[in-house]
Amino acid sequence: MGWTQKILRVNLTKGTCESEPLNMQWANDYLGSRGLATKYFVEETDPKVDPLSPDNKMIFATGPLTGTASPTSGRWTVVCKGALTGAIACSNSGGFFGAEMKNAGWDMIIFEGKSAKPVYLTIENDQAELHDAGDLWGKSVWECESELLKRHGEEGRVASIGQAGESGCLYAAVVNDMDRAAGRSGVGTVMGSKNLKAVFSRGTVGVKVKDPMGFMKATGAAKKILAENAVTGEGLPTYGTQVLMNVINELGALPSHNAADVQFDGAAQIGGEAMHAKRETDGKANLVSNAACFGCPISCQRRSQMDPNHFTVKDREKYHIVSGGLEYEAAWALGAATGVSDLETLTFCNFICNEYGMDPITLGSTVAAAMELYKVGAITDKETGGVSLTFDSPQDLATICEMTGKGEGFGKEIAMGSKRLCEKYGRPELSMTVKGQEFPAYDPRGIQGMGLTYATSNRGACHLRSYTVASEVLGIPEKTDPHVTEGKAGLVKAFQDATALVDASGTCIFTTFALSMEDIAPQINAACEGDWSTDRCMEVGERIWNMERVYNNAAGFTGADDTLPQRLLKDAAKTGPAEGLVNKLDEMLPEYYSLRGWSADGVPTSETLGRLGL
Amino acid sequence: MPNGDFERRLGLQKSLLMIPSKCTGCSQCELACSYAKEEAFNAAKSRIKIFDFPEKSRHVPYTCTQCAEAWCMKACPVDAISEDKKTGAKIVSAELCVGCKVCTIACPFGTINYQQDTGKVVKCDLCGGDPECVKICPTEAILYVNADATGDARMREWAAKSDEASDVTPN
Repeated sequence: MGWTQKILRVNLTKGTCESEPLNMQWANDYLGSRGLATKYFVEETDPKVDPLSPDNKMIFATGPLTGTASPTSGRWTVVCKGALTGAIACSNSGGFFGAEMKNAGWDMIIFEGKSAKPVYLTIENDQAELHDAGDLWGKSVWECESELLKRHGEEGRVASIGQAGESGCLYAAVVNDMDRAAGRSGVGTVMGSKNLKAVFSRGTVGVKVKDPMGFMKATGAAKKILAENAVTGEGLPTYGTQVLMNVINELGALPSHNAADVQFDGAAQIGGEAMHAKRETDGKANLVSNAACFGCPISCQRRSQMDPNHFTVKDREKYHIVSGGLEYEAAWALGAATGVSDLETLTFCNFICNEYGMDPITLGSTVAAAMELYKVGAITDKETGGVSLTFDSPQDLATICEMTGKGEGFGKEIAMGSKRLCEKYGRPELSMTVKGQEFPAYDPRGIQGMGLTYATSNRGACHLRSYTVASEVLGIPEKTDPHVTEGKAGLVKAFQDATALVDASGTCIFTTFALSMEDIAPQINAACEGDWSTDRCMEVGERIWNMERVYNNAAGFTGADDTLPQRLLKDAAKTGPAEGLVNKLDEMLPEYYSLRGWSADGVPTSETLGRLGL
Repeated sequence: MPNGDFERRLGLQKSLLMIPSKCTGCSQCELACSYAKEEAFNAAKSRIKIFDFPEKSRHVPYTCTQCAEAWCMKACPVDAISEDKKTGAKIVSAELCVGCKVCTIACPFGTINYQQDTGKVVKCDLCGGDPECVKICPTEAILYVNADATGDARMREWAAKSDEASDVTPN
């Protein structure tokens, strides 16, 4: 119950699809999705594996709550070793694909090996089949998904890669339902390296829970809390994550111009309020509506439609549709980080990310790094092939984003990510990365806890591993001062463990703006066999976190990698409330290791591992 | 005992009222319906369905309107479809249904459908007068209102839009 207790194992080298029972011992210890898939992954692969070799595996996973009436039950996860980072990669996505895969009767799909030629997988309940994808290779996410729905049934759902995943862009995404993405760390690159273009899923089996009455009661109570909460009931439906743009800018924590600045003059032009405003050009707003992922009462998705006469899309009808609009992280990376304040250009670049299948955070941040390299003369028109890369230029941004998606010219170098790009041109300090992954839209000089979050994130810099912004900015569950480091180690650990559990359940981390573990554990308890107390849930979260850490250490990472770009540690914020501050990571990290039960160099002690059963 | 005519005369019957502009496409109605009828969360077997038109960002919930003179009921050769006198819902008897599918041809709206695994047809039965889809919808896109008053909210909306320019003022 909760789990379907079935795994599909697809060997792409041999071209076989086989069903096997779920390891219930592991399910009890790691719950599902992020936790359980990572358990399978670390048990089955060598931590030293080259991410792009056939020996790297890739797992599509749902959680026990995926596909149920639990609020936000549409989440699913892609786990592999990340192409961008070489660390454990775990990217989750919303939309409808995950619930469809679960409804077809599968907790997980494990992909192993590499197909000799491009293929795609279809799943229709218990029938799984590989098909030749020769005619789909080279097509965009949008073209591929439309074609597969036409071919195999409009009721189905598709997850696929675009040209970026095929051509080896190191931050290619797996995109489902046209514009929902398992975006980070290059999970789409790994999919492309296996010659796997897409997965089509159609399910009519149904998902059952242990205690239906108890489940409807627990999920009903959670829905009520979500509806009555100011963030999940009002802020997110109205403005989406873009509600944050002006808030974070005023706080002096909006990294701009490759994090040289902590505030951005153009913030008001690219935020949630701007998306609602009518354009001068055609009198229409960029935002058409909000929308929901499967099972989600919050509905934070943005649906946008561009001005058809904007320079990026004039006479290009495929971009005149209503599609997935700007979320905060994308608007920041493509906009604030590069200095571009033209909302329509950012919307276009975001469309490009969905169409070609790329992570907008790493793309935007890499373009920002390239713009700084260009500004300081580390690269010139000679290296870029005549492409101008000037901060604040909408034209330059749009051009290079499209070139990157297509894998053309200097776009091929942008496709390496900022770490490799800045190293290549002799300025490694200009890459805003941790463990090879670009940090997102919160400057750790203005929000201290986010520095520890980025430094210790198991998948490279990321906001979705411990979103201390909730506490330090929004006061959830209680307000802490964003400028102080005291108490942040404990805060980060608590958020990391809780987030790992929520990710493992198959629901969305956004619920935790309103729900506590006391609201989530009863849902899991009513869905799954066994007794799922709040304490057990937190322990599972901690176990998942340590498992990921052990894997990364075995892959070659050490405590020395738990750091931040020098700019955040040495160059003080120039403006705003955090003026004069740097991130004081050294005040937080030792305490964090200690709270985690890790050695002074970041290795979990045998006592810690024993306590967690690792 | 009150019968259907009695309920109707007193104006006690209710109808489902769908408001597509409020629907976010979250599928919770399909989940609630399928759990009530199939004992599993299974949007594919829900009696109410959400149709997505993503390029227009429009989501439309759709199910049986419970026709007063129901084509499905008239077409059924074995009288497997009857009226719930209290709610006005047209109910399929799984015991009597032989799976001939004539009703699915007769229904102009496509809201009665065959299920291969059971060999029977299924349709919305208004959950005996307490529809699960209505209770679970997070945005009030599905309402259960007096059957005589399904237009009231829309009339009020248009009424609110009228202004003095549309008034016919006697001199």
